[in-house]
Order: sequence, then C-alpha cells, then structure tokens
Amino acid sequence: MIETQNSKYVLETKDLGIYYGDFRAVTGVNIPIKRHMITAIIGPSGCGKSTLLRAFNRMNELFTGTSIEGEVLFEGENLYDPSVDPVEVRYRIGMVFQKPNPFPKSIYENIAWGARIHGFKGKMDELVESCLRQSALWEEVKDKLKQSGLALSGGQQQRLCIARALAVQPEVILMDEPASALDPIATLKIEELMQELKKNYTIVIVTHNMQQAARVSDYTAMMMLTNRETHTGTVIEFDDTKKIFTNPKDKRTEDYVTGRFG
Amino acid sequence: MANRNKSEDSMLRKTFEHEIQQLKDDVLVLGSMVEQAILNSVEALKKRDIKASQKIFDGDKEINKKRFDIENQLMILIATQQPMAHDLRLLASCMEIISELERMGDYAKGIANINIRMGDAPLLKPLIDVPRMAQIGADMLHQALTAFVNEDVEAANSIPVQDDEVDALYNQVYRELMTYVIQDPKTIERANWLLWVAHNLERVADRVTNICERTIFIATGEMTEIKSTDDEFWEQQKQK
Repeated sequence: MIETQNSKYVLETKDLGIYYGDFRAVTGVNIPIKRHMITAIIGPSGCGKSTLLRAFNRMNELFTGTSIEGEVLFEGENLYDPSVDPVEVRYRIGMVFQKPNPFPKSIYENIAWGARIHGFKGKMDELVESCLRQSALWEEVKDKLKQSGLALSGGQQQRLCIARALAVQPEVILMDEPASALDPIATLKIEELMQELKKNYTIVIVTHNMQQAARVSDYTAMMMLTNRETHTGTVIEFDDTKKIFTNPKDKRTEDYVTGRFG
Repeated sequence: MANRNKSEDSMLRKTFEHEIQQLKDDVLVLGSMVEQAILNSVEALKKRDIKASQKIFDGDKEINKKRFDIENQLMILIATQQPMAHDLRLLASCMEIISELERMGDYAKGIANINIRMGDAPLLKPLIDVPRMAQIGADMLHQALTAFVNEDVEAANSIPVQDDEVDALYNQVYRELMTYVIQDPKTIERANWLLWVAHNLERVADRVTNICERTIFIATGEMTEIKSTDDEFWEQQKQK
C-alpha cells in the first residue's frame, strides 16, 4: 500500500503512454498534479483527456486490452506496480462522472454503502452528515435522507455523487465533465463546491467548457492530437491557468482557447 | 503572434474577427478625431481665432461620445464572445487606449479653453516651439495608432524616443517664458497660459508612450514600461 508522504506532487506522470490494444491513444505525457490544487485537462474531442484522467486511478483497466507505458507516480510511488491493489487505488483516488449516477438507494445509503464495504467502523450518521455538508447538500436533504437518491434533481444528484466519493476519504478526486449535464446554476454550485473541496483534497477535472477551466482551475493541461493519422493525443502545454488563458506559449493552445481551432 | 486575421483557422470565428476589425477601425476614427483636435487647438491659438477654439471646445463632446460608444462595443464583445489569450489582451488594451485618447482630447479642449479665456489679450510671444510640439505629438499619435493596428512591436518600441524632443521643446518654452516673467512680472498671467498649453502638449506625448506599451502587450503578452528621459532624470536625482 502506498503511504501518503507529502511527496512534492500527489500525482505525476513520466512519459506516460496509454494503449487500447494496439491503438496508442495517449503518448509522452509528463505532468505534475499539485496538492490541494485544481488541475484542468482541456482539449478538443477525442484527444485523450478522459483516457488520461482514468489513468490516474487505473480505471482504464476496467476495459480489456488496455495497457500503459511509462509511469504514473502516486505519492512518489509507481501506481502500476504489481504490488499495488487497483481497488485500493480507486478508494484513494475517487471519481465523479459526467452523468450523475447515484445508486438506486436512499440518499443515506448512497454514502454509507461504500464506507461500510471499505470497513468504516465509526459513527455512520456523522460520516453521512459530514460528507453531505462537504458537498454542500446537507441543508437540502437533511429531512429526507431515506428518500431515493434518484429523486433528487440532476445538480443535487451530482453533489450526492461527490459526497459518495468523499465517504471513503480519498486524497484525490477526478472529475470527468462533472457539470456538462447540469444547468448553469447547478454548474456554478459544483464550481463553488470545488473551491471548498480543494482545501482538503486534490482535484483533477476534464472539461470541454473553457470558461469553466479558466474559472475553477489553478493549473491547466492542454491536450491535442499530435498525429491526426494515428489519433494519438498528448499534453502540448502545461502551465498556470492564468498563463494558459492570457498568454499561452504554444500557438495551438492560443488557437484553441481563442476558439479558432476545435 | 502577429496578424491574427491571416490565420488559416480563423474561419471558425469569422463574426468575431469581423467585429474585432470594426473595433480597430473605430479606435482609429477616435484617434484621428483627437489628432485633429490637438493640431486645430494650437492653430486656433496661434491665430487667436476664438470661434475656432469654441468649435474645438464643443467638439470634445463628440470625442467623449465616441469613446463611450467604443467602450460599450467592447463590453458587449467581452460579454458575448468571452475572449481569451490574444483576443483578451486586445480588448482589455483597447479599453485602456480609448481612455488615453479621450484624455488627449481633453488636452486639446484645455488649449481651446485657454484661447477663449485669453479674450482680447495678445499672445505674450509669437508661437514657434508650441506648434512644433503639437506637430510632433500628433505625428507620434498617428504612428502609435498605426503600430497598434498592425501590432508592430518594433515601431511601438521606437516611437516613444520622440518624446525626448517634445520634452526638450517644453523646457525651452518654459525657460523662454520665465525670462519674460522676470523682466516684467505683469506678464505672469499670459506666460502661465502659454505654459499650460505647452504642458498639455507635453502630456500628449507621454500618453502616446502608454499606447505603445499597450501595443507591445497585445502582441507579446509582456507588460513593459518604456523608459523616457523623465524617468532617467528622476533616477539620477535619487542617486545624488
């Protein structure tokens, strides 16, 4: 098991390449993920953003035939070492998806279930309340914890999914387009919530919404296909978000963020 | 990243590109209104043509209106197009540039006002250096706006040097006026009027430098301060 040891970066990729069978989807990625920071991954469709995100908690392995080259370091140690348990990894590095996907169970159980399986022995009521408070949902649901999670609005369901991810006390939360299925108000709530969460967690977010990346993130990784024939993507620029959106170094980043290339 | 309009990928934002072009044209129109006002204000003073000065004084309202129209246009572009990177730097800098231009318009208005207030009093001396200051200032402004439209960093860097010439003329005018005052203290008021005119023109050149700095920022993203002899003078004073 990998210890939390305050290494320089929570996550770091070293010449990371990701394959689906023979198809090389992502190549040569070298980026750091800094602690208590929000890192956004942006880029046009099909350039491998979600694939890269899923490599951070070994989620790609759920599809058959995927493999990687290079390394992903988590707390300075190789995440893909044979001695590392991928299930353990997914607790420590949680994920929130594009479409809210609460379990078809009560709001309470949505949070309690994962914690219980994970061997949580403390006071469950307190954990549920704490997770719902951290995800800014408590005030809205405290009187209906027994109701189905599916009865909530889309934005509430997404915050419930975030609360569920928090229940197993992760260090990193990966978010794959967490607000793309939500209306503008629910989107802003998620964005506000991210600012609260980063005090205790490290967040990596994939987003198509450039304004959202500019608003919420501290660092931005710009991805693009390096080879249109082979459809292989890579990170072409990684920098302070402020830099990426005001004065990027790479012409392709400039064209993408100004909307002249898509 | 010089002329964006030539980019092959610009097809995606045709409407926005068109609006940016329109915006630049409008900044040029405002610039030429200001340039004309400066030259006319000094010409009217030279000829003691109060009617012409009155026209310049009233015309400042047009300059102010044009500035607010462009500002409004800028805000709509920012709100609807959500500019980033080069576009963002351009729009933010235009906001600054139009404000510089509007202030230069105020200097022309100030010169017109002096001519009006002088009434029947004759000029203390024939104007020679003052029209030269106005001409250099107006030329600098013209060059600076051309550099802005073309995002020409080299030109933007070289234009402010001419400010030294304007400063030298200002000092010359100042010394000359002081000799009149020393010889005959009754000339204080008339000398002071002309000193204000020269001061306004000296400020025009300073503001042109600000426009050049913005142009460099639009093109490179670097916020640089172009040194003038004024700055060097104060640094020398500090070291003493």
